[in-house]
Amino acid sequence: MADPMRIRATLQGDTADVRILMRHPMETGTRKTASGVVPLHFIQSVIVQHNGKTVMDVQWNQAISRDPFLGVRVKGAKIGDKITVTWTDNKGDKRTDEATVVAGS
Amino acid sequence: MKHLRRGFLKLAGGSGALVTLAATGLLKPSAAWAAPWNKNAFESKATADVIKNLGASTLIESKDITITAPDIAENGAIVPVAVTSRIPNTQSIAIIAEKNPFPLAASVDFSGGGEGYVSTRLKMGQTSDVRAIVKADGKFYTAVKEVKVTVGGCG
Repeated sequence: MADPMRIRATLQGDTADVRILMRHPMETGTRKTASGVVPLHFIQSVIVQHNGKTVMDVQWNQAISRDPFLGVRVKGAKIGDKITVTWTDNKGDKRTDEATVVAGS
Repeated sequence: MKHLRRGFLKLAGGSGALVTLAATGLLKPSAAWAAPWNKNAFESKATADVIKNLGASTLIESKDITITAPDIAENGAIVPVAVTSRIPNTQSIAIIAEKNPFPLAASVDFSGGGEGYVSTRLKMGQTSDVRAIVKADGKFYTAVKEVKVTVGGCG
């Protein structure tokens, strides 16, 4: 099982500023170690949902850094709204985490 | 006795809530179906092919796209890049590191409530232009920013 994501959603006006930190090796398939080339392993898709409705459908390739960061903004959000994030990698691994929108500073 | 029964009721109520939580949790992944990964565009090795595979024929240079990225990135393994589009009805944003082995790094589709903004961190092999392609109302807009990379981050 993949490690949990860290999701932070803060309200700025009527927009939620969502910051997501995932844990994933994001191997390019070209990195070599003593035991040979590390196979390609990366997150292909990230879906961001606001109260169960998809607002962003992100596709990535291996050029995204290790332990990827994703920052997005969701319009029309309120305090207490649910932000759900799901990623899927090229080996079919999945991880879903949820956060609640909180007041921004 | 009364006390015990109350305790039991509380417990039952609590576990009931847990069951509902688990049920909604189980339902969620099936609700989150992704669009198929755009294999052609992501596996293109030249920027021109990426643009073609994204379905863009003509690109319009736009001042309404802001690319926030460092002028000089000391570590090519972590290059923070953010793209903001102020073009109305922004449908999608693609981020391209032109000289990477596979230039297309990310493509984001927006639907109801998603604002035309995305921020992430890229790996870049060498100094290169970072290009953003924004689709809005069926038209494609573009902007470019050069990022100098001191140490490549693709190996």
